[in-house]
Amino acid sequence: MFDDLRDLYQEVILDHGRKPRNFRRLDDADRSGRGDNPMCGDRMQLWVKLAPDGRLADVAFQGKGCAISMASASLMTETVRGKTQDEARELSGKFRELAMTGTCPDCGASLADEMERLQVLGGVSEFPSRVKCATLAWHTLNAALDNEGKEVSSE
Amino acid sequence: MDGAVAPKGTGGFDVARIRQDFPILSRKQRGKDLVFLDSGASAQKPRQVVEAMTAMMETGYANVHRGAYLLSERATEAYEAARRAVAGFLNARSEREIVFTGSSTAAINLVAHSYGRGVLKPGQAVLISEMEHHANLVPWHMLRMSHGIELRVARVTDAGELDLADLEAKLADGKVGLVAVTHMSNVLGTVTPAERIAKLAHAHGAKLLLDGSQAAVHRRVDVQALDCDFYVFTGHKLYGPTGIGVLWGRMELLESMPPFLGGGDMISEVTLEGFLPAPVPAKFEAGTPPIVEAVGLHAAIDYVQAIGMPAIEAHERHLVDHAMQRLSAVEGLTLLGHAQDRGGVFAFALDNAHAHDLATLLDRAGIAVRSGRHCAEPLHARFNVESTCRASFGLYTTEGEVDYLAEALGKAREFFR
Repeated sequence: MFDDLRDLYQEVILDHGRKPRNFRRLDDADRSGRGDNPMCGDRMQLWVKLAPDGRLADVAFQGKGCAISMASASLMTETVRGKTQDEARELSGKFRELAMTGTCPDCGASLADEMERLQVLGGVSEFPSRVKCATLAWHTLNAALDNEGKEVSSE
Repeated sequence: MDGAVAPKGTGGFDVARIRQDFPILSRKQRGKDLVFLDSGASAQKPRQVVEAMTAMMETGYANVHRGAYLLSERATEAYEAARRAVAGFLNARSEREIVFTGSSTAAINLVAHSYGRGVLKPGQAVLISEMEHHANLVPWHMLRMSHGIELRVARVTDAGELDLADLEAKLADGKVGLVAVTHMSNVLGTVTPAERIAKLAHAHGAKLLLDGSQAAVHRRVDVQALDCDFYVFTGHKLYGPTGIGVLWGRMELLESMPPFLGGGDMISEVTLEGFLPAPVPAKFEAGTPPIVEAVGLHAAIDYVQAIGMPAIEAHERHLVDHAMQRLSAVEGLTLLGHAQDRGGVFAFALDNAHAHDLATLLDRAGIAVRSGRHCAEPLHARFNVESTCRASFGLYTTEGEVDYLAEALGKAREFFR
């Protein structure tokens, strides 16, 4: 009945959705942000610990949401760790393009390995009402890096 | 009317024939039959409604209450005929008690602004319940903030019923001027005991507004028998068009209320110094009203009345019993609310799938359900769930569709295992 949904719910997504990585609070975080999808009830808080050189030394999150939003946040925390803030912002922009269109023409230019890893979420582009589930974590990361500290909504 | 008419006196209800009146129900979605279980959000439209609205626009359209020419007179007659049909549908004493609005939401906002600011006094209270749609919650928050009205909330029991003892306790000090509660919950399906609530409210000097957005679709509503003071419902859930809602109010209350929106058609005299409002109901219908939508609503009322509200109710009662049986048997499924008196609305959560993932799966099976909080965030907090999926039935829903939903839910649980 649901076989053609395996493209969207690949095993890696189900796995990260069930057991999200870096699902913890960072008490000594340098940056934090909150994200909210008011229509769904998805909510997350994200913390970033910066290294002395400004790179993202540790990224962690807590929250509630669907498999897509939890998996996306989980994969994101793994992907951006060790990156510079500029690289993290670049990944965020590319990921949002991937989620909305399913492709990312510029992705080969830089950070190709990272985008390859995130490609597993590209299937969400075929589900317009679910794109915001995948992008919530990245919106929240941007808010945290900007250190606005205020809630973002990806509605 | 050329439509679905149940055989009289037999209690028969030919759902297959009714479905033929709804062209969208025979369409395929990604090659699958459409199983539309989101009528509680907005119902599909029978051909009779579509045709009545098209005919109005093609042959009988002009603005109403304005022109001294034949077409405008005819349009006015069609618009006022819709008002008479609504009065009959609700068993109102007079068609003048029927005010057309844009939606149920607009109707409740009208009462909140006009009755709330014009009649209620700061220090008085409005009493709602925990199971209100945001449309019957936020307008009262706004009144609380702007007008110094206290907002009280009657509790809902674990079974999903209105806690009448709590309601009565919150009426006891006599400060409540208006009780505003749902007649049927859009999440729990609970039908509230409106007559008893009316007695309690009146015994403590309060008026009663019933939000009939869900109930009016599923039950025969008689505002005189219910003994309420205001009743609101909307066209688009009753197989009619969007853009039209109804406020019924007791004449003496409507007459005591100041106008809400100002504009054309709601005045009897205007000068640069001031205005005199028109009599009820024109007083509350500023601007060009939803004319074509009124004609569509009239056709929708004719449609359900030709089938018969008792026959519709009997069909849905059967479906509800069947759904309770089938859904209760789905492993890992939790149903929200187990009220004794309930209609065809089922909110549920699966133990290993989030509501949005589940809705995406069901959609792939051709099943349309709503997911999220269904404009009832406090109620989800009350039952300690983030979000649910909701299946809601219409008069065209079949037992087979309920079976298919139950089967899909079982497979969805396996999918996420």
